[in-house]
Amino acid sequence: MAFHALIVDDSGAVRAFVRASLEDADFARVQEAETGFEALRLLASNAFDVVIVDINMPDINGLELLAFMKKSPRQQGAQKILISTQMDGQDAKRGAELGADAFLKKPFEVDELRELIRRLLGSAEKVSG
Amino acid sequence: MSDPRDNVQEEFLAEAQELVEALSRDLLLLDEAHHRNERIDPGLINEIFRSVHTLKGIAGMFGYKHVGVVAHTLEDLLDDLRLGRTSVGPQLLDVLFDSVEHFQRLLALDDPQSPEEEARVQAYIAAVRSIGTETAEEEGDPLHKYAIDPAVLSVLTEYEEHRLRACIREGFRLYRLRAVFDLTAIDDSIETLRNVASDDAEIITYLPSMEGGNDDTIEIVVLLASGVPEAQLQAHFEGRYGGIEAIEERTHLPTLPPRLTSIPSTAASMGAQPEEDPSQASLHSVANSVRVDIRKLDHLMNVVGELALVRSAVNRIVDQFKGESTYRQSLMDLDRIGRGFERQLSELRTGILDVRMVPLGQVFNKLARIVRQAAREHDKQVRLVVTGANTEVDKLIVEKLTDPLMHLVRNAIDHGIEPADARTRVAKSAEGTLALNAYHKGSNVVIEVEDDGGGMNAHQLRETAVSLGLLSTDAGHELSRQEMLNLVFLPGLSTRSEVTDLSGRGVGMDVVKTNILRMGGMISIESEQGSGTKITVTLPITLAIIRALIVTIASRTFALPITAVREAIPYIPEEVRTIEGREVITLRGETLPICDLARLFGFRGSSRKKGGFVVVASMGNRELGFVVDGLVGQDDVIIKALGKSLSSVRGFAGATDLGDQKVALVLDAPALFTEHFDGPEALRAAETHP
Repeated sequence: MAFHALIVDDSGAVRAFVRASLEDADFARVQEAETGFEALRLLASNAFDVVIVDINMPDINGLELLAFMKKSPRQQGAQKILISTQMDGQDAKRGAELGADAFLKKPFEVDELRELIRRLLGSAEKVSG
Repeated sequence: MSDPRDNVQEEFLAEAQELVEALSRDLLLLDEAHHRNERIDPGLINEIFRSVHTLKGIAGMFGYKHVGVVAHTLEDLLDDLRLGRTSVGPQLLDVLFDSVEHFQRLLALDDPQSPEEEARVQAYIAAVRSIGTETAEEEGDPLHKYAIDPAVLSVLTEYEEHRLRACIREGFRLYRLRAVFDLTAIDDSIETLRNVASDDAEIITYLPSMEGGNDDTIEIVVLLASGVPEAQLQAHFEGRYGGIEAIEERTHLPTLPPRLTSIPSTAASMGAQPEEDPSQASLHSVANSVRVDIRKLDHLMNVVGELALVRSAVNRIVDQFKGESTYRQSLMDLDRIGRGFERQLSELRTGILDVRMVPLGQVFNKLARIVRQAAREHDKQVRLVVTGANTEVDKLIVEKLTDPLMHLVRNAIDHGIEPADARTRVAKSAEGTLALNAYHKGSNVVIEVEDDGGGMNAHQLRETAVSLGLLSTDAGHELSRQEMLNLVFLPGLSTRSEVTDLSGRGVGMDVVKTNILRMGGMISIESEQGSGTKITVTLPITLAIIRALIVTIASRTFALPITAVREAIPYIPEEVRTIEGREVITLRGETLPICDLARLFGFRGSSRKKGGFVVVASMGNRELGFVVDGLVGQDDVIIKALGKSLSSVRGFAGATDLGDQKVALVLDAPALFTEHFDGPEALRAAETHP
């Protein structure tokens, strides 16, 4: 299952973790963005299958990126995963309203991430097919 | 299947350490603001929260359980702090400062899961939890005061929304600014915007909009809050980003909220680009940086060295064909290409060196924490003044420098700066000052640790040295005041704290000196009883490559680091005099001790009779003339370690390849100084010290 993913997180260790988790097992092409601005740059010129966004980032936060993707014609097919440390907080609630397809609670495990993406991409294929 | 985490473990440790350093730095700023009763920048508290928050996330993912648990507990406390549910106080600061020590220890441990660690971590967590929260009175939602687009509110994080409320409560007005940014330069543009806003306004958030942008540009709406009068703020943003616009205060509840998108954008604002400020060039976004293992840089530097050898080999072949007219044109071309190659090689070398450089501020931040801690332990008032934190030095040196400097700082507070009551008795300010100064001097970096405390008692030092049998009574009487002060570096003298406490300096000055010497540096001391002590550490900027003067001694080639060399003068045997068994010459009216290297190394039994040169070297506040046979020239050399079997040979810093497949030994100027002035005993003692 080849797919094109974007991980947006200001922590290099988290980005490296996600990249290693996905590239190792799947045929994923993973791009990284350290800031919301960098993400905007990539979102403007690429169509992603999966976008994983940390909610808590300085300047442009994860919610703002979700709102942007919702309006962006290029990202209509993207599965949006929001990383948060609290699943029951106000931030996660807003994320759901802004169209997040799934949530990942930090810290998460390699298998948890892989499983989630398989599930999301599997259901996306069923819908489109 | 292997755990993909294994490959990125280093990335985790590097980032975790950076986060802890950032935390430590920010806590010092917070502490300072709290002490001065200044308004605490909410951005600073948020930064502290973010460091701990990120640390918590990655610690959990990389299996550092205790780091994760500690960070999690702190995160709750810091979340309360940033959301205004608790406030900054001494107890909270203490707990936060302690966290830095805990994190550093837990990250360095081989077995962080031991029962002792478990107990320590649990005790710390209990201390963090003992800090209660206050609930602020809420008088209705201040957000109702403004007509803010619900679409905007829906994308704010809890923290951003809290800041918005807090700003309105403080009486700040809300503004919006819209600007179109070039996507390729957006990081720099935002940095510029942040600087423009700086003190006048708090940026609540940036909202990317779909209007006004295309593939190369994007329109961002910036939400700002500011307490300065509107006219002043308008003037400040005049002509930039098409200006700012005040968000209207509600007079009554509107039936339809005004939408951000209905605000007309002027043509100017659409194309407005923030001007590039060259002074901000160094504030490049961290998004453009990478972390590199320093060993990789060492490897690259070795490759550069090999390339230089290739170049020399080509030169030799060119030389062989010189004079053969058939090749004249080709040789000229080859020569030109070779020179270009050399220029590029030199740039490459400079580039690699530049990458290795880090600001000393990294160490100074650690020291600032030590200052705070030591001052608290001894109940002394100490003000830390730092200059030259941006001075850059090789990463390896910075790492090795931390321990010696920590020692010097601790000594200055433990033994130098007096308690407040003792200070006021002698008409000094109750608060002592500790200055950390760093600056470049030639290709050296100088670091000074200076206190305005009680200073050192030189005579006391001498008496202690005599009573310990480190010095004969007669020899003691011949010492100058400076020489008496230098006794503090003798092994055995300053290791006895009960004795040296009296002379105003604590333990382990000999260890400090040894460490500095090992890095090819020098340490010197100035002290005035009653008014303070200044310790000066002089180090090479980099350990990897040095510019050297190539000299010959008894037909053998040696390299002497140019940083130590002041000048070279002809050696005239008739001018040499002997004072107290040591050879000296007179240079511009000053007596200069000299050292004949051929004799020192045992190449010749007696001093040379004619010819040769005196290479005048200086280290710290001393000068010494090295007598050599010939001067070959200057060259950039890469110092390579001598290897285990030769590492105990004194007087040499290593060996270097001179490019013509000749190897030269690199003279260790600081060691030669020590050998000459303090005798071989001092050097041996310093080297055998653990």
